[in-house]
Amino acid sequence: MELTLWTYEGPPHVGAMRIADSMEGVHYVLHAPQGDTYADLLFTMIERQQRRPPVTYTTFQARDLGGDTAELVKRSIADAVERFKPEALLVGESCTAELIQDQPGALAAGMDLGGIPMVNLELPAYSKKENWGAGETFYQLVRSLLKAQLPPPGTPKPGPGRWRSEGRRPQVNLLGPSRLGFRCRDDVREITQLLGRYGIDVAVAAPLGARPADLLRLPDADANVCLYPEVAASACSWLERSFGMPTVKTVPIGIGATVAFLRELHSAVGLELPADLVPDDDGLCGAESRSRMPWYARSVDSTYLSGKRVFIFGDGTHAIAAARIASKELGFKVVGLGSYSRELAREVRAAASELGLEALISDDYLAVETAMAEAAPELVLGTQMERHSAKRLGIPCAVISAPLHVQDVPARYSPVMGFEGANVIFDSWVHPLMMGLEEHLIGMFRHDFEFIDGHRSHLGESAPAGSDAAIAATAGSPVWTREGEAELAKIPFFVRPKVRRNTESFAQERGIGAITDEVLYEAKAHFSH
Amino acid sequence: MSSLGRRPGMAVNAPSTELPPLIKESGQREVFCGLTSIVWLHRRMPDAFFLVVGSRTCAHLIQSAAGVMIFAEPRFGTAILGERDLAGLADANEELDRLVAQLLARRPEIRTLFLVGSCPSEVIKLDLARAAERLGAQHRGRVTVLNYSGSGIETTFTQGEDGALQALIPLMPMAPAAQAAQQLLIAGTLADGVEDRLISLFGKLGITNVATLPPRRSTELPGVGPGTKLLVAQPFLSGTARALIDRGAQLIKAPYPLGVEGSRAWMAAAADAFGIAPAQVAAVLDPLVERGQRAIAPHRETLAGKRLFLLPDSQLEIPLARFLSRECGMELVEVGTPYLDRTLMAPELTLLPEGTQLSEGQHVENQLKRLEVQRPDLVVCGLGLANPLEAQGIATKWSIELVFSPIHGIDQAGDLAELFARPLRRRSSLSFT
Repeated sequence: MELTLWTYEGPPHVGAMRIADSMEGVHYVLHAPQGDTYADLLFTMIERQQRRPPVTYTTFQARDLGGDTAELVKRSIADAVERFKPEALLVGESCTAELIQDQPGALAAGMDLGGIPMVNLELPAYSKKENWGAGETFYQLVRSLLKAQLPPPGTPKPGPGRWRSEGRRPQVNLLGPSRLGFRCRDDVREITQLLGRYGIDVAVAAPLGARPADLLRLPDADANVCLYPEVAASACSWLERSFGMPTVKTVPIGIGATVAFLRELHSAVGLELPADLVPDDDGLCGAESRSRMPWYARSVDSTYLSGKRVFIFGDGTHAIAAARIASKELGFKVVGLGSYSRELAREVRAAASELGLEALISDDYLAVETAMAEAAPELVLGTQMERHSAKRLGIPCAVISAPLHVQDVPARYSPVMGFEGANVIFDSWVHPLMMGLEEHLIGMFRHDFEFIDGHRSHLGESAPAGSDAAIAATAGSPVWTREGEAELAKIPFFVRPKVRRNTESFAQERGIGAITDEVLYEAKAHFSH
Repeated sequence: MSSLGRRPGMAVNAPSTELPPLIKESGQREVFCGLTSIVWLHRRMPDAFFLVVGSRTCAHLIQSAAGVMIFAEPRFGTAILGERDLAGLADANEELDRLVAQLLARRPEIRTLFLVGSCPSEVIKLDLARAAERLGAQHRGRVTVLNYSGSGIETTFTQGEDGALQALIPLMPMAPAAQAAQQLLIAGTLADGVEDRLISLFGKLGITNVATLPPRRSTELPGVGPGTKLLVAQPFLSGTARALIDRGAQLIKAPYPLGVEGSRAWMAAAADAFGIAPAQVAAVLDPLVERGQRAIAPHRETLAGKRLFLLPDSQLEIPLARFLSRECGMELVEVGTPYLDRTLMAPELTLLPEGTQLSEGQHVENQLKRLEVQRPDLVVCGLGLANPLEAQGIATKWSIELVFSPIHGIDQAGDLAELFARPLRRRSSLSFT
């Protein structure tokens, strides 16, 4: 038993929902009690999806438990297949259903589903979490769909030059982008464009935007790009074992990593390295100039970034990438590095030890906040959880990783991968520091007389004391009674000044001398017109 | 008959002859479970902590539904069951004791600890009543430990508050008959400002002994006894009302204090129970009524004639439908409710316009199909459905806002109407041409 206040990850079936919602033509029947439908709002509110996630919940209740919940599962599966006509069906259970052991996957296997592929998801809710659930679901789905295509044992691996003999351009799969993953929508576009420049096509990007039929085409590609190891590592390694497809493992976040990714990719598909990826004597290469970030980092204005103390926490992929960019490409000093992704703990620990740090692997946000406070950073790169902690500690923060907030799904094109991603990272990490600097300047100059007017807090914090009383003392102005003031005090502080003003002008117009609670409500009714 | 009546989509007899047969459905429900009530209960009683004994899903639900990760350390949390607890390798009770001790050491200001049962804790039959007893003894004098269930297999959204209040009732002191008869007890969490206002109005009516459940401090429970006049402020407190009646309280039958009409009737019913002359009630409340109607008027212009569909969610649907049809002129297409408590809802049902189609329970696919056919102008629904409906061109009002906003009482009627007028106004104010 473990005490949790806020959590970084949901249960594993939410990971499975992310895969189902990412794809087209997939439906997920989830054996779950009333209340578990809350997870729909993650997709419809945070991601602003215009459709409900493709999930049918059995919604069993206590009174069903004495009866036949298995029958309820079968009815839900049959209804979902008939109503949504999916091209592939996922069947699984949430934490409570796991306890009642109806084995919905086995029930589905015994049903006539009209020949659609069905994947029985067994996601242990009491030991695993959301990202594991997403990775496992994607792996199981890929494996089930490709079962029929498995080459017989002993079949030689396709050579890296297969595309040449087939008379086509090399092509790769982009695996791992998913709904509720950090900036996946734009990363896929950025990487697709980037590969296009080097004459490499994207065969399938999955799960985001793919159909089951697209997964059947995965083995046609020359390599798999494991963009998000949390979701795609298992599937990539199975495809490598079963179909001999190489996996490109470098995650292209940051300049150095993007270049390393392109080099690894060229080697994986047997393409000669183009001139702009060949390092010069200083180790630089032409491709880097596609991003403004290297120059912006070198420009004199960025001098003040030197040695800024940065605390980093997020999922494994984004935390490791952030540590490398912060220390090497922006000249920050990383003073803390950690992740809630236990599955990537080894990699995070390795990245931390390179920086002379001990990684914090924890899903207890209070432990993270304590570590943050002890590290005394000047910038925090974290999740929404760290954003709140940083706010409490008065430290600027940029969000680099899921779990997402609605603000992490921006309207504008905003990748973090590739060269444009590096531009986005430069802006989004440096701007909070600018704000920090500005705050500092306001603090320094706030006593200068020129400064007061323009920069007075909108909450009236620096308004001259007693101004309220001064207004009330003006001849003919109404006076607030104790009841009136008491009622006013109950109104939220940010609208209180407006209500005060409105009530006073209302009273003045009507020649009311004393503002009682009644007058306040009269005015409220008047102004609600 | 009864077995037939449970079949999905089967129509059963409606309570009053004016209403068409109730649509009674079961199927997928887009309704939160009772754990969600913790979101407002913990704010109401700042000296209480709500510890859910459940799974990661429970923790994720509360944080997602509430969207309130702004608190440094919320006064609620989840004791997440792990494989070891289920396999019996670790005694779940010992583990719980350890976590509670750890929690209380960290939060010394906590006076009442609610152990909240969840779906998994109910299914594995973890006896939280005994755990509460045991922990209460361990921490006697320091904290009171109570328990109730907020599990989705037993409770919907707002029923969680019903459970929490029922857990408090045995601790309420017995009021002697002479005192009890003079006391008005309001049951149900109201916004503090609204509650103060209502109490002050009751004072003007001549009812000065007013207590509330839940109280603002968990340790300051009001007394209850034979003749305590019970006025229910929220329509989801069936169990609480029954338990208080068992303690001798007399239930005042009234519609709920939503809108001018409902609020006035609610206060007048209390006044009547105390033998206060109708003239006195009119003298105090009628100016408020006139003012409240003025405040509603501009919103009525937006809402009148618009067709409203309420999906089941918070149990507030029936009183809201009554307010929006009678005071705002909306047409009711369908009024869904998670469950229909005919006793607590009786005064509301008689006020619904003739022909109002009620539905109880939910089969979300069937209900959305009806909605698609009807094409209402405004749908009241949960957050999971709002954007998909908006994308189809249907304006929505998130129902969760209704349990967080101060909406009760005559003085709030204008604000309440505005909540529903806002999405319609916003739609008509946007233009991209």
